[in-house]
Amino acid sequence: MKVLVPVKRVLDYNVKARVKPDQSGVDLSNVKMSMNPFDEIAVEEAVRLQEGGTATETIAVSIGPAKAQETIRTALAMGMDRGVHVTTDEDLEPLAVAKILKSVAEAEGAELILMGKQAIDNDYGATGGMLAALLDWPIGQYANTVSPGEGSVEVKREIDGGLQTVNLKLPAVVTTDLRLNEPRYASLPNIMKAKRKPIEAKTPDDFGVDTTPRLTVVKVTEPKAREAGIKVDDVATLVDKLKNEAGVL
Amino acid sequence: MATLVVAEHNNASLADATAKTVTAAKALGGDIDILVAGKGAAAAAEAAGRIDGVRAVIHIEHDLLDKQMPEAMEATLVALMDGYDALMAPDTTTHKAYMPRVAAKLDTQQISSVTGIEDGTFERPIYAGNAVAYVTSDDPKKVVTVRTTAFAAAGEGGSASVETKATEIGDMGSEFVSEELTKSDRPELTGAKIVISGGRGMGSGENFSMIESIADKLGAAVGASRAAVDAGYVPNDYQVGQTGKAVAPELYIAVGISGAIQHLAGMKDSKVIAAINKDEEAPIFQVADYGLVADLFKALPELEAELEKVGY
Ligand SMILES: Cc1cc2nc3c(=O)[nH]c(=O)nc-3n(C[C@H](O)[C@H](O)[C@H](O)COP(=O)(O)OP(=O)(O)OC[C@H]3O[C@@H](n4cnc5c(N)ncnc54)[C@H](O)[C@@H]3O)c2cc1C
Ligand SMILES: Nc1ncnc2c1ncn2[C@@H]1O[C@H](COP(=O)(O)O)[C@@H](O)[C@H]1O
Repeated sequence: MKVLVPVKRVLDYNVKARVKPDQSGVDLSNVKMSMNPFDEIAVEEAVRLQEGGTATETIAVSIGPAKAQETIRTALAMGMDRGVHVTTDEDLEPLAVAKILKSVAEAEGAELILMGKQAIDNDYGATGGMLAALLDWPIGQYANTVSPGEGSVEVKREIDGGLQTVNLKLPAVVTTDLRLNEPRYASLPNIMKAKRKPIEAKTPDDFGVDTTPRLTVVKVTEPKAREAGIKVDDVATLVDKLKNEAGVL
Repeated sequence: MATLVVAEHNNASLADATAKTVTAAKALGGDIDILVAGKGAAAAAEAAGRIDGVRAVIHIEHDLLDKQMPEAMEATLVALMDGYDALMAPDTTTHKAYMPRVAAKLDTQQISSVTGIEDGTFERPIYAGNAVAYVTSDDPKKVVTVRTTAFAAAGEGGSASVETKATEIGDMGSEFVSEELTKSDRPELTGAKIVISGGRGMGSGENFSMIESIADKLGAAVGASRAAVDAGYVPNDYQVGQTGKAVAPELYIAVGISGAIQHLAGMKDSKVIAAINKDEEAPIFQVADYGLVADLFKALPELEAELEKVGY
């Protein structure tokens, strides 16, 4: 089974986003960028499927600027076989990304697409569902456990009320949640090996996808700041303040 | 202008998230219909008709809609959208799972987890709530998920007619197998007036009983940080944060939680925040209205006793 993993380069999760003074967006100059954490989980799962003998080939695909190559290299250093880099300097919306990914999936003959449930920069959580619909494949969102079977995959999903298990016919899309696995660190020899793994270069035009944005960003602002609070000395004071000052007890 | 709102329900009853989404739909203007898609969901459809400001309720029954699987919801909704300019649903896991499918089929860019709507401009937090984006959409049909904690529930008093419709669902390629739902008599996290959450500092799942007994006194919901869920102290559906649930109660009490940006993203819109942490440098104190620097193992029993003193 060929497994495709879309990986996005995003602001590192440890870095606090800063809004540009002109309110045009978030300042991404000179800040640490990393692979979207949910995509790391997807890469880990793909590599484990290959180690377990289920996946025959694992392909990482990233749509983004020249530096997105580093993100693909990270996936290769974790153990994936090869990469596809669709180069663009535009910050594409999930719909355009999903259209490109559909073409890549079809060209590669992918049977399973493992991807993040959400990119932690734009917080859309939309690409996986869009891609599945464009391909007319079933989807297992928010995977906690992925168990491949004969021509199908069973997915235990993290839902608002607890856990739900579904069975999907392959080909299928699965999006990852935090408890699926703990991604490995790439070892130095594997980082060296990854440098020699092939990355195919493409552009959105190669797939004939119109990437014109559908949404217009009017402005991006800082969130409302909370006023600084106070420290209380003991529990009795805390309860007194909550009851008599804040009026919430 | 007409908007279709998809109801949040478990077949047996309608959830509050529906009336909150109706309020968001009102901000968009135009007529509002509600879709109740399920199996044995007649009571939920009746209840939807009583929400104020609703034109009609569309009630669709199908075996394959029992669990509102994404593929079944896509087929049902795409067929209905001819008559609507916008589709809205609460951003719970049920709806987040299929709304992008519908958006893609309508060739529309979804606007996710909206916290405000004014003059056709949508407000949504990005980057774990460290920035707020204001966007407009050029798509002829809008597909919008709504962060329900940002909208008050529309009132009762409506008397919309319930119209029963059929749906055609082809081979979905997916099948429901089983569910393990967390059982609790406490209020639902996203709608509770008071939420008390524990983090890694709780040290074990057993220790969470200290939080639970306080929650039961207060009629509060219990939440957790990712670290507490990952450690197996509590089930996954307790997670509050950027990639868990967003809550905005009257009072949020964070116990043994450091206050990482991903956690703050899910609770910093609470009206009042109290925090108990033994580390006075913990970032949670930067957003807390009332901070107590203390060992939680000492503070929680005291808190329970003090609450008893004031009548809980
Ligand atoms: C992609 C991604 C998504 C994420 N999504 C979320 C999310 O949705 N929600 C979320 O919460 N996190 C999320 N996180 C994780 C987040 O970054 C933090 O790791 C997490 O919130 C930390 O949880 P914590 O505060 O319980 O643990 P810690 O950061 O370890 O803090 C524990 C705190 O307990 C205090 N403590 C310890 N013992 C005691 C005691 N006896 N008495 C009093 N205080 C004590 C310590 O001083 C410390 O401040 C996400 C991370 C990533 C990468
Ligand atoms: N530019 C991109 N390149 C590769 N994968 C992407 C890209 N954007 C989104 N994805 C994938 O889609 C998932 C969900 O993203 P989003 O819908 O933007 O929240 C991510 O976790 C990635 O797996």
